[in-house]
Amino acid sequence: MKMTKGKVWKFGADIDTDAILPAAYLNLTEPKSLSEHCFEITHPNFCKNSKKGDFILADTNFGCGSSREHAPVAIKAKGIQCVIASNFARIFFRNAFNIGLPVLECPEAVSAIEEGQEIIVDMQKGEITDVCDNKVYKCEPLPENMLAILNEGGLIQYINANK
Amino acid sequence: MGMTITEKILAKHADQDTTSPGQLLTCKVDIALGSDPTAPLAIEQFQKAGGKKVYNKDKVVMVPDHFAPNKDIISAEKCKILREFSKEQNLTHYYEVGEMGVQHVILPEKGIVLPGDLAIGADSHTCTYGALGAFSTGIGSTDLAAVMLQGELWFKVPASIKLIYNGQLPKWVTGKDLILHTIGLIGVDGARYKAMEFHGEAIAHLDMDSRFTMANMAVEAGAKNGIFHVDEKTTAYIKSRAKRPYEVFESDPDAIYSEVIEIDVSELEPQVAFPHLPSNVRGISQVGDVGIDQVVIGSCTNGRISDFREAAKVLKGQRRNPRIRLLIIPGSPEVWRQANDEGLFDIFMDAGAAISTPTCGPCLGGHMGVLASGERAVATTNRNFVGRMGHPESEVYLANPAIAAASAVLGKIGGPEELRQV
Repeated sequence: MKMTKGKVWKFGADIDTDAILPAAYLNLTEPKSLSEHCFEITHPNFCKNSKKGDFILADTNFGCGSSREHAPVAIKAKGIQCVIASNFARIFFRNAFNIGLPVLECPEAVSAIEEGQEIIVDMQKGEITDVCDNKVYKCEPLPENMLAILNEGGLIQYINANK
Repeated sequence: MGMTITEKILAKHADQDTTSPGQLLTCKVDIALGSDPTAPLAIEQFQKAGGKKVYNKDKVVMVPDHFAPNKDIISAEKCKILREFSKEQNLTHYYEVGEMGVQHVILPEKGIVLPGDLAIGADSHTCTYGALGAFSTGIGSTDLAAVMLQGELWFKVPASIKLIYNGQLPKWVTGKDLILHTIGLIGVDGARYKAMEFHGEAIAHLDMDSRFTMANMAVEAGAKNGIFHVDEKTTAYIKSRAKRPYEVFESDPDAIYSEVIEIDVSELEPQVAFPHLPSNVRGISQVGDVGIDQVVIGSCTNGRISDFREAAKVLKGQRRNPRIRLLIIPGSPEVWRQANDEGLFDIFMDAGAAISTPTCGPCLGGHMGVLASGERAVATTNRNFVGRMGHPESEVYLANPAIAAASAVLGKIGGPEELRQV
């Protein structure tokens, strides 16, 4: 999975799924419509100004709250390449793989890298590079099978490809 | 080496004798649940993967409860997807408006989930069934699609936290207060990826409805599941409901826990979670002067008959503050009928309440009581995140039904004791 250089948006701890995708829009399913409401209430600046290829860096327990898959779908449809957090809430973590949104756990990168900085992410190696000083932050690379799901773009695509 | 109840249920469903935390297991699923916000995505994924028939028509359950009765055209279309899929698949357990209740209220009521089961649902509050001594947890839509296709799913075996509640519960203190207090203690990620196993004298005295409330909110501490052991109260509850055999599991005396937390409940007072996290709790005496606009009593957390009895005890002979909208939302038709038969609705009507048909409704800002900017609600629901019940500048305070009822009369957050002094 090849990622390009992108800008960082920083988020705090305990970012809940109601913040990522407000429940009022749960009756939508189309990814583009969902992306339009991604962080609409709590982080309107991100909602309006994030660009395709950007990254999200967040503190602990990212994606806590509901089981809505709409949340990672909205982030992916917004064009975010990867969400890097100190750690994730469990349902969000599962959902991210299942719908093909790359996620990594790397507390060091989260505490060191500031909003607006540019980074490059290597999923295979589990490396995050801060472009401005070339500092590399290492994290546990994903197991092969999880990478394979992401490479196919999600669990259903993976199942179909391996029939 | 001993195992916890959670480990035993997971091992059993993976056809293994033993397991331990961290192991990845592929487990057979007894019940797979979907509702109107999440099941349409699951059905779409099921079809994309070439799914024709679900793995077992008795084990896939569909309940349109969030935005039903249909709140608008978009929601109507989603509910229609559930209805048509359930018909096409000839599902045994599809509940149409009229039979429909909040999913986590009706599944135990109808004996669909039983002790020892492994149940999953595309709703985070699926963990409610832990009250029955079952392993149950929330998953996403694609995971639900995978289960509908294959009848199994991978799980990472969670470590367990043992929570022991000592002492006798003071008056007006319920399961809601125990779980809010616990979340306040350990935080919204205090049990992240873990099982919360509830024990102790106070738990033994807790009725089933309060146990459902506690298991329901395990996810608000980040837990994968919350679980209770089966005792005579559980057995009495399922006696008339179970239509198939079930297996009772128990933690071994030498089971390993990642943490043991003991809590003395004898001095505990009713708890209120302030905006905007369920962990932001205070005792009712520490609330201060917080004026409110709306009270909601219902939801998968507190929409059962005991909850409405508690509220009725407080509201009997009282009238809501004229500025307050008081919404009563029974969690199921069974609860609705029971509350009606017991005369609770007369008490609520006399108190100036609006009584709704069962729905998740306002809990997630869907419909039937959405908040305007600057408004505050006391709700017996489970989440008080920013904008949860409506406008981003509205606020939700989580509490038990007696506190919610008293607050409706007082026009500000307060308890039944305060009401007595007025």
